[in-house]
Amino acid sequence: MQWEIVIGLEVHAQLSTQSKIFSGASTAYGAPPNTQACVIDLALPGVLPVLNKGAVERAIRFGLSVGAKINSPSIFARKNYFYPDLPKGYQISQYELPVVQGGSIQIQMDGADKNIRLTRAHLEEDAGKSLHEDFHGMSGIDLNRAGTPLLEIVSEPDMRSSAEAVAYAKTLHALVRWIGICDGNMQEGSFRCDANVSVRPRGTEKLGTRCEIKNLNSFRFLEKAIDYEARRQIEILEDGGAIRQETRLYDASKDETRTMRTKEDANDYRYFPDPDLLPLEIPASWIDQVRSALPELPQVRRDRYMSEFALSAYDASVLTSSRETADYFESTIRQLPAQEKLCANWIMGEISGQLNKEGLEISACPITPSQLATLLKRISDGTISGKAAKTVFESMWNGELEKNVDAIIAAKGLKQISDDSAIEKLVDQVLAANAQQVTDYRNGKEKAFNSLVGQIMKATHGKANPAQVNVILKKKLEG
Amino acid sequence: MFNASLKQLSTQLAEKKFSSTELTTQFLQRIKQLNPEYNAFITVNEEMSLAQAKAADKMIAAGQAGPLTGIPIAQKDIFCAKGWLTTCGSRMLSNFISPYDAGVIERFNQAGAINIGKTNMDEFAMGSSNETSYYGMVKNPWDIAAVPGGSSGGAACAVAARLAPAATGTDTGGSIRQPAALCGISGIKPTYGLVSRYGMIAFASSLDQGGPMAKSAEDLALLLNVMTGFDPRDSTSLQRDAENYSQDLQKPLAGLRIGLPKEYFAEGMSQDVANAIEKTLIEYRKLGAQTVEVSLPNAPLSIPVYYVLAPAEASSNLSRFDGVRYGYRASSYSDLADMYRKTRAQGFGAEVKRRILIGTYVLSHGYYDAYYIKAQKLRRLIAQDFIAAYKQCDIIMGPTAPTVAFNLGEKSGDPIQMYLSDIYTSAANLTGMPAMSIPIGFGDKNRPIGLHIMGNYFKEAQMLNIAHQYQLVTDWHLKSPV
Amino acid sequence: MTLSVSDVKRIADLAYIEISDNEAKEALGQLSGIFDLIETMQAVDTSTVEPMSHAQNVLQRLRDDEVTETDQHELYQSIAPQVEADLYLVPQVIE
Repeated sequence: MQWEIVIGLEVHAQLSTQSKIFSGASTAYGAPPNTQACVIDLALPGVLPVLNKGAVERAIRFGLSVGAKINSPSIFARKNYFYPDLPKGYQISQYELPVVQGGSIQIQMDGADKNIRLTRAHLEEDAGKSLHEDFHGMSGIDLNRAGTPLLEIVSEPDMRSSAEAVAYAKTLHALVRWIGICDGNMQEGSFRCDANVSVRPRGTEKLGTRCEIKNLNSFRFLEKAIDYEARRQIEILEDGGAIRQETRLYDASKDETRTMRTKEDANDYRYFPDPDLLPLEIPASWIDQVRSALPELPQVRRDRYMSEFALSAYDASVLTSSRETADYFESTIRQLPAQEKLCANWIMGEISGQLNKEGLEISACPITPSQLATLLKRISDGTISGKAAKTVFESMWNGELEKNVDAIIAAKGLKQISDDSAIEKLVDQVLAANAQQVTDYRNGKEKAFNSLVGQIMKATHGKANPAQVNVILKKKLEG
Repeated sequence: MFNASLKQLSTQLAEKKFSSTELTTQFLQRIKQLNPEYNAFITVNEEMSLAQAKAADKMIAAGQAGPLTGIPIAQKDIFCAKGWLTTCGSRMLSNFISPYDAGVIERFNQAGAINIGKTNMDEFAMGSSNETSYYGMVKNPWDIAAVPGGSSGGAACAVAARLAPAATGTDTGGSIRQPAALCGISGIKPTYGLVSRYGMIAFASSLDQGGPMAKSAEDLALLLNVMTGFDPRDSTSLQRDAENYSQDLQKPLAGLRIGLPKEYFAEGMSQDVANAIEKTLIEYRKLGAQTVEVSLPNAPLSIPVYYVLAPAEASSNLSRFDGVRYGYRASSYSDLADMYRKTRAQGFGAEVKRRILIGTYVLSHGYYDAYYIKAQKLRRLIAQDFIAAYKQCDIIMGPTAPTVAFNLGEKSGDPIQMYLSDIYTSAANLTGMPAMSIPIGFGDKNRPIGLHIMGNYFKEAQMLNIAHQYQLVTDWHLKSPV
Repeated sequence: MTLSVSDVKRIADLAYIEISDNEAKEALGQLSGIFDLIETMQAVDTSTVEPMSHAQNVLQRLRDDEVTETDQHELYQSIAPQVEADLYLVPQVIE
């Protein structure tokens, strides 16, 4: 039987506010344990929550960027369960009326666009952390993270492969960073994925029983966990078994998922509206204000790069993979009009290669867009060859001669010979010295042409403009 | 000194008849002498109280005194007070020294009032007799065989027995008004949102409201002036202009329309209470008021609605008591879940556990709509009944409690009988409207009876005026058991 | 509505409160009575009524996104049952 995999993702994005969602404690990552847990985060008796405007504003930003409805009012609800990293014994979340409803995200799969629908996105608070190092058989609880604002983004079960799920997660990851609501740091847990996975016979409509895989903290784990889980479910079904609805945990060291809890022992969360928080109303004027401050979205920019600059879908996607990359590209082309493809090639090639090698973000690139534009200008005006430009680039990267392009070209003697009469003279000399190859060429041996070009380049130590050399040589041989 | 009004005490402090330190010392001595019998206080901390008194004396000397500067106030042990043991009447918090001040405590501190001690209460404010306290029952000073009412029973006892000039209480279903009635003092639950709930240990968040308990309406007004006000730390705190609750006290009552809900006068009220109410209404007619019959058809459902909503919220509010970050932790357990279960089984008393179970059940899967949503819908109907009634009258009166104080132990084995003590009071918590109780005489066994005065939202000043005018022509509020 | 002892035990389990069989039996009697009282609500038709969650018809106020709290973990942990290395200790958490 042919099986179809059905995947929906729930992503928890930590919102990049200064303070927590319901208290004035800092959200900074990495502080010593419990130094950022105030009386509210600790759930001391008598304390009360007050909602952070910055968290709501970020949720609105997200909703607008995925074309969703912003609910007003939306309601905060308590999700009741006991866990030592959950100080109140309930998590303040949203249940019946989330702040963001609907919307969609477009992903690119094999050059084609696919639309992934969103169910909702709601505000909630993060829990603390349990540290399992052995304190004489006990666990340690750090509540610094408790109360950090989260936006839980829930997709419809619209993905059909782990590759699609990863593409969705990456697009979403890029988007939340693009609009500045989440730093996206997956190592620090700022962007966490849970995957709902089920399988069904291809061609059928009815969804299979799903399992939820928790806390996939890298795109690679997301992919591997889904692949493993789909295989597991298919094997069970093919053996005539049935899937049990449950929550599973991905174990990266064994590359497998295992049962965390079954539906039977799942919590009865007893959701109800939090009486300490009132309905959240978001006036239209606020939504308009957020909308007008929203940056041009990656999807829009990508389409614009394709239509305005005739870049390929691939190039446009890579350049819009982060706002920093796209902004870098745009500042470069602003100084070098009509050379968008050249800029794109360099940013995707040399710049990104070098950044990767040194583990740098583009925001830390040692070469500024205007320095790159100057370099590329020297290629397009024929001053240097593309190959020489790479040498110049390397020098600039290493900070030589204050990254002055022309100074480096001069110092390294990389200037091309672009003077027609000088090249003609060279060609004449080479033709005179290689009569046999001239004859060979004229007798139809095409290879002889390349050999002659090689001779000319060698004679100029590679400085002759190869395009001009080609034109002049051809003229002389055929003339 | 012990029978003086707040105004008299303030004047005497200003005139240097005595210092706050002397006044505080006097009350501390009286507490030391009488509290063993009444058990009104859980914690007395002479050192901290006297330090505040000393600071108050400086304020007075510097001419910076306000109306409550230097005056001892007994604080219900539900209000977190920095450095004070704050137990909420529970073993669960029997070792909880609060690291922070409640909004109400801050306001009293800023006013220069003295925290004279933390008063006993039903555990987590769940009870109507003060018998559920981990710290033992409180006696009614009028008759030590009787309950003082609850949950603010320690506060009511302290004021009645003159162990403190005034006290704070909290009221979720009648917990200020019912003990005020049973102990023969005055108490008011203001409109929901006027008194900060920050630092007031939550029982049922949408119903809880702090308020003052004192000898007279005039004292209550002074206390409300300090207690009320916007607190940005409480999302349900109301932003409105400060009100002077004393300013309308002297207004004549001519033309006042008193609504008498037929549902409250139908049955269940004992004869002695009915007689006292009748006499009181005669007095009000003499003062120029008229009475009109009104109807609150859904009000009789207040008790079932209340016993869905309050436990539901409580079951969630009390989940934080898990023995992890503060408070009681069971001494032996096998694993994490066992630690939680034993801590909560041992740390909470029977009534608290009972309400947690009710609340957990009504919120659980499959029952939420039938109980919780149903109760919230009825809550709206009850509120609409009152809004409609206030189109026909200015104020609603009735008994605060159906009977005088019952005997200790009389109802402690029968939760439903106990719950029915709040039959007249819980509606005001559901609607969020203000309500108060003032003493209007004595009934069976010479135990006090309270008049319940209910008003529309923000009618506190008018209600205090109505109470004060009555207290100008009667002396029930001046009577003291000791 | 009829509650059973197993219902009571299930609720107690959800509420994380240890309860013995005898306690559950005793609680059952009291809770049944209370639920009989609660059931009287069902007599009123509320099909067209909106639930009322709050006593006041007021909207949520928002706090500016500012850090206003300072580190006071020593004070807060001075009242904790068990602390080590600035962490709250609990019996081993098993995931």
